[in-house]
Amino acid sequence: MDRTNKPKLDQRRAPIYEALENFRQMRVVPFDVPGHKRGRGNPELTAFLGEQCVSVDVNSMKPLDNLSHPISVIREAEMLAADAFGASYAFLMVGGTTSAVQSMLLSSCKRGDEIILPRNVHRSVINALVLCGAVPVYVDPDVDRRLGISLGMCRRDVARAIREHPNAVAVLVNNPTYYGICSDLRAIVRMAHEAGMLCLVDEAHGTHFYFGDDMPVSAMAAGADMSAVSMHKSGGSLTQSSLLLIGPQMSVGYVRQIINLTQTTSASYLLMSSLDISRRNLALRGRTVFARVGEMAEYAREEINEIGGYYAFGKELVNGDSVFAFDTTKLSVHTRDIGLAGIEVYDILRDEYDIQIEFGEIGNILAYLSMGDRPQELERLVSALADIRRRYQRSSIGLLSQEYIDPEVVMSPQDAFYAPKRSVPLEKSVGEVCSEFVMCYPPGIPILAPGERITSQILDYIEYARSKGCSLTGPEDLAIENINIVIGGKK
Amino acid sequence: MDLWFSEFHTPDVKHSIRVTRHLYSGRSDYQQIDVFDTPEFGRVLTLDGSVMLTERDEFIYDEMITHVPMAVHPNIRDVLVIGAGDGGVVKELTRYSQIRRIDLIEMDPQVIEVCRTYLPENASRLDDERVHIRFENALRSIRRSNGNYDLIIVDSTDPFGPGEGLFTREFYGNCFSALRPDGIMVNQQGSPFYRQDAEAMQRSHKRIYTTFPISRIYQAHIPTYAAGYWLFGFASKRYHPVDDLNAEKWSSLGLETRYYTPLLHVGSFYLPAFLENMLREVEQDNSQTVL
Ligand SMILES: Cc1ncc(COP(=O)(O)O)c(C=O)c1O
Repeated sequence: MDRTNKPKLDQRRAPIYEALENFRQMRVVPFDVPGHKRGRGNPELTAFLGEQCVSVDVNSMKPLDNLSHPISVIREAEMLAADAFGASYAFLMVGGTTSAVQSMLLSSCKRGDEIILPRNVHRSVINALVLCGAVPVYVDPDVDRRLGISLGMCRRDVARAIREHPNAVAVLVNNPTYYGICSDLRAIVRMAHEAGMLCLVDEAHGTHFYFGDDMPVSAMAAGADMSAVSMHKSGGSLTQSSLLLIGPQMSVGYVRQIINLTQTTSASYLLMSSLDISRRNLALRGRTVFARVGEMAEYAREEINEIGGYYAFGKELVNGDSVFAFDTTKLSVHTRDIGLAGIEVYDILRDEYDIQIEFGEIGNILAYLSMGDRPQELERLVSALADIRRRYQRSSIGLLSQEYIDPEVVMSPQDAFYAPKRSVPLEKSVGEVCSEFVMCYPPGIPILAPGERITSQILDYIEYARSKGCSLTGPEDLAIENINIVIGGKK
Repeated sequence: MDLWFSEFHTPDVKHSIRVTRHLYSGRSDYQQIDVFDTPEFGRVLTLDGSVMLTERDEFIYDEMITHVPMAVHPNIRDVLVIGAGDGGVVKELTRYSQIRRIDLIEMDPQVIEVCRTYLPENASRLDDERVHIRFENALRSIRRSNGNYDLIIVDSTDPFGPGEGLFTREFYGNCFSALRPDGIMVNQQGSPFYRQDAEAMQRSHKRIYTTFPISRIYQAHIPTYAAGYWLFGFASKRYHPVDDLNAEKWSSLGLETRYYTPLLHVGSFYLPAFLENMLREVEQDNSQTVL
């Protein structure tokens, strides 16, 4: 198959890691930043993080290259990453996948440009629209009514959006969603390219697609132009490290200029070396590692479905269109039929069973499985779910199902965010145009984004999510009693 | 030659036993297994460097974890034993003719193999026809059985290794479901003396206390375990460990014991003040998720 990317470079190399090891041997005397000087100046920090760790927290210098203008070891590491992921070039990112998503959008659209995307994107995508002034054209994602989750985009809906907005500059796709659901990426890439648009992919949850057999297609294999890949999620690198991949149509130099607009000039070598070492691990052992993760998730799904009441969904959701493929390493469980909201199960697991899962929302929970998991911990999770059912099962009458709320976009996120605004109590905001974000975090998909009309349905949803214990974030008012609205926006 | 086995009971306390021979050393899929001959304690089995049993003091543990529930519940027929690959608990249980089935779940087949070879006396009753051995994860098997047992004995390793799952609320909850409406669960509860052990004991006692209507702690003196001072948990749906003790009935069985007596049974539930305080602390903390 075309997507089985065969690396051409020697993936056993890890140039940044090797350079740091050499550097350590040289015992160079530091009269540069960081001021902790290999940890000596901050013994408490050194005791906490370990000498090994602080001794490589160093500044850019000739032997270690510079992320803003890489010409030696960082450049080699980026080329190795590109080779491993089958991309034309790969940028190491140190500002989270948020920075990769931002750079991806800032490289492809500017003020006033239209961009086609599903509404269930991560906040970082709409944040980037606030920064660059592009206007979102939302494709309603398909919805699974029983589970209350947004799926992928249907081909026909993407085609219609392209037809109705022929001047749009790009189409953005989640590959996959948090729940592991993939749209028909190859077809969407083809449609976008035929219309002269770029195809951008948020692959925050899809790093492993590049290193697995029987996995959904990855963005680069599908021919997409750019992809933001969260190495720190399934790739095993340190939190905040990420990759931005690009295809052959993009200019490496221009994308780098865009990245440098917002990137630190003191990139952390802890993060960069973690990317380097993790990329090596994935290239050399990824296939075995992810086959094991997939098996563990399958096992857990079977065991959880055997408990009764819960529904751990999997490949059976695949429908050839809005669920074109399912990422079987994801372990999501529908909990509403035991009478508990997902967020309630999430809280009980943490408070009473000392088990922390990724998130819970209205009807579902998601447990994040990865290369670090072992069967004995999985048994604990499954047993805890069985015990929660025994102790708490009740009627599910009165539990809301999560509905996809079709947003009315009144103005661009940037215009709304910077418009003259005032703060009003949430309950008085119906009919106004919102000028900020409201979301549950995680998953961090906005319930309201700047420029959208506030409706009573949306407010009911926010109240319900709050009453069940979801952590709401976004608004300037941390208590989330008031919301900023655009002056004069009311219908 | 000066050969010693040492075990850290805390980072600052070391317990050492002179060794005459190191008979076996092997790594299973789960843990490091060793067998020694020692002048004072006879043959010794260690897992991951912790003493599991010695020929010399094994009877204390095995008798106390077995006879206490057997003397309380009037009619124990079906028993589940978790861990206990050394066979000591099964050896005590098989002395009761009323028991018709003993399921033994051990995750590590290698422990049983090693005990059959090097501790044949201890493992002798594993071949009793009422004993059914299954090698699997205990959490998994207990999830699948409901309401079939009169007694569950949890003979686990300590809570900081592969046995960790046997100290969790999910495990105790699933044990509760696996017991008949008058069932009893007994488990080893570690030692209350050193701080880290005491905190682990408090955590698991709290989980059991909030799962079973009756939950009491009893104690025994076991020289080779941390501080020589060991606790057991008695958790029960109906029977009280002291009020429902039927001493005459138990005595009439004529079982010969070296540690357990019905009088000691009652005494073992009388605890020192510091331990009572520790238990009260977690029993009164009833924080639960508010739904
Ligand atoms: C779909 C999606 N995109 C982007 C991001 C941003 O990643 P980061 O938190 O690394 O900035 C996330 C993070 O949760 C995400 O879920």
